[in-house]
Amino acid sequence: MTDAKGTAARMEMAKKKVLKHIKVDLDKCIGCRACEMACSAFHARPRFSSTNPARSRIRVVIDEKNDMYVPIRAGDYTPAECTGRHKYTINGKEYNECSFCGVSCPSRDYFLEPDSGLPLKCDMCEEDPTLEEPWCVQVCRCDCLTFAEEEDDREDQPEKRDEMEIGLESLILKHGLDKVLDMVARMSSKG
Amino acid sequence: MRYAETGFNLEIDLSRGSIERVATDPRDTALHLGGQGTAAKILWERVGPEVDPFSPDNLLIFSTGLLHGTPVPGANRTSVDTFSPQTDRYSHSLFGGFFGPELKHAGYDKIIIRGKSPDFVYLWIHNGKVELRDATHLQGKGALDTASTIKAELKQPEAQVAAIGLAGENRVFMATIEHANSSASRGVGVIMGDKRLKAIAVRGTNDINVARPAELFGISSPMYAAIYDNPDCGDLLAHEDDEEFHVNNFAWGNARERQKGYWNEEREEKWTAVTESVRLRWTGCYNCPKDCHMAVSYPGRPPYFQKCYSKLTYAMAAYEEIEFNYDILGVTQEHGLDGFSTPQVLAFAVELYDAGILTDEDLPDFPPDGAGRFFYLVEKIVRREGIGDILANGVYHAARAIGKGAEEYDHNTMKKFEQVPLKLSMINYPYFLMYATGEKMNITQIEGSYPQVPIADPEERKAFTERWEAAPERFKEYFMEWEPRAHPTVEASINIADWNETMHYVDDAIGTCAFLSSFTGQWAGQPPYHIHNLPAFISHATGLDLDSDGLWEIARRNRNLIRAINVRRGLRRSDEKPPADHWKKRDPEMEQKLLDAYYEFKGWTNDGIPTKQTLDDLSLGYVSDDLVERGILSGDEQSGSEATVGASAE
Repeated sequence: MTDAKGTAARMEMAKKKVLKHIKVDLDKCIGCRACEMACSAFHARPRFSSTNPARSRIRVVIDEKNDMYVPIRAGDYTPAECTGRHKYTINGKEYNECSFCGVSCPSRDYFLEPDSGLPLKCDMCEEDPTLEEPWCVQVCRCDCLTFAEEEDDREDQPEKRDEMEIGLESLILKHGLDKVLDMVARMSSKG
Repeated sequence: MRYAETGFNLEIDLSRGSIERVATDPRDTALHLGGQGTAAKILWERVGPEVDPFSPDNLLIFSTGLLHGTPVPGANRTSVDTFSPQTDRYSHSLFGGFFGPELKHAGYDKIIIRGKSPDFVYLWIHNGKVELRDATHLQGKGALDTASTIKAELKQPEAQVAAIGLAGENRVFMATIEHANSSASRGVGVIMGDKRLKAIAVRGTNDINVARPAELFGISSPMYAAIYDNPDCGDLLAHEDDEEFHVNNFAWGNARERQKGYWNEEREEKWTAVTESVRLRWTGCYNCPKDCHMAVSYPGRPPYFQKCYSKLTYAMAAYEEIEFNYDILGVTQEHGLDGFSTPQVLAFAVELYDAGILTDEDLPDFPPDGAGRFFYLVEKIVRREGIGDILANGVYHAARAIGKGAEEYDHNTMKKFEQVPLKLSMINYPYFLMYATGEKMNITQIEGSYPQVPIADPEERKAFTERWEAAPERFKEYFMEWEPRAHPTVEASINIADWNETMHYVDDAIGTCAFLSSFTGQWAGQPPYHIHNLPAFISHATGLDLDSDGLWEIARRNRNLIRAINVRRGLRRSDEKPPADHWKKRDPEMEQKLLDAYYEFKGWTNDGIPTKQTLDDLSLGYVSDDLVERGILSGDEQSGSEATVGASAE
């Protein structure tokens, strides 16, 4: 779909894209971790065949002494820890930046499959058939987690670019086009 | 493959420092389910009546419930079972929170602890890796403080910790085991301290499998709403600011006097304001939507969790207001002291002082005010300093050690154990039976399915029974016939006592919370879990095919096994006496008639001992053999089995 019509159609689809949110009201969390149990069971294969909060893509970061109860959802994987982590004090409670971070990273064992160590990522229960509400939201009766859908109102969605294109562009930026071409030529001559 | 359970127990010998992972027999699950039930079997088999509770041969067992870690909401109460130095009998407690499910995810159904460590240690369980670690640096630390220190030093913020405070370390009989937002009361912490086990930390990341996942999820998922939306389950008192019922009806001081008219609007406003000012939030236990535990921050005290009736017990025992209760809980929770029995011990000491039985010599620099005296006594007791060493053994033993007439002030214990501070006017038949024969030591662990009061209006009464799904049919008849200010019949009374305790034996084997089941039907007859819906949860989780009668029979088996454990240690009819002043108007003749009828109904001898036939019918032949061999039973005792036909779920 390289013609103008195709692009327009794609833009139209992008405009109507629905963004799914799980909103978290920290004041309402009672720390029961039903969300963790439910998520792990929903994503077990076959579905519901086992429970294991350690496999959950939502985790409640709890520090009882500090009255901290923060549900976070699994986001992307990062091979490196971030540096210069911040600490925030909110209503007299001290939160580490990690308390709010959904990344699976080497600094903690959240969102890593306990057996394989592979990263986990929340998929909003978008399996077939997609649930009306993610499973974790359904079991959260105290409404700490609520589900919301909104239309993505960004008008000009940049076209999704090819991974190789992004990679090559960054290499060219860093090393210059000539060097990259040389390297490609050398590698291809080696067979 | 084992479903719902792991099929393995952890055996820890603290004397030798050995750790074993031992496979369990699935037949025990079929016979006893788990939790308290399977723990009772281990105690029967391995701790003979000659074993002193403080002997290294006494066991301390932490049991997951059979449904822990399954999707069934509200299954999270860990059972602790051992023998008590206070009663010299079977000792049982429960605590909520997260410990049991975590232990099961670590791969174990139970932790069975024997022996005694030379120095304080803690147990660290991380899936297959289990180790005993030095805990001498934790000595003297508060229970909740210990938990956070251990999590930090292990770098395991998600570990679940159960720990004792100074009270347990110093073998105070009222010592608890504290975990997260929950406590195991009724004195089990004393054995943990005696074994020099400061804490257990557990982290588990293994799967738990259930037999029929789709079916189990199908019936479990609607329970979140059923529990959350049900106003008559969960800890109703926790969220209640109107304390009129308790402050006007429960006894103040050492279970001594009622203060009718204490409650008024002004006080309610004042107390509510205090409660709101110290509340950080409400919290719940694992996989349960009810928020029964209040996180508290009281100025100058470490944060803690307030649960259950401990909200008022210290204030009422000391004749103080609610600020004092929040203040002292900040101290006693870290020390690991039972909020039911401790206030009575403290008030008992104050009474003795006021009566001149304890003097300034026993209590040097004793403060003049209730609050000051309680803080003073708590520190003496948890350190076993001076008179604290005697008071630390509870009211019954302290009264006898002090003498000089102190025994007269021991008026609220039964089977040597402090009872709920209730002093009522007219004897209540089912309650007489539950107090007299209960072996969970506190009425709250025995009562709860049958309503405490009748409904006057016949139409309302009828409507109540029509939606009363939890009740076997016969109770609907009893309830329909129950007029205000009338006693239930003897037949109704024995059935009510039996059903009430049966439901606790169900909960305590599968790990469901009494606030969702066995303690909860008494308010509106609408407990989320009951004898008629629980079999499906257990069957789908485990693959056992249980119906209501089958579940009832297992509960009876567990109940009779615990009876036999205590009988073997000397329990007899003569011990089954509620505190003399529990009711002002007693009816000794009727009481004996009730006991006769109840024992017969239970299939026990007239001395309260399960007959050979009762035990054999429950597949407890090895128990009856032992009782016969010891001469406790002749084997020819008349069986009450005909009467027990009535004891079923239908």
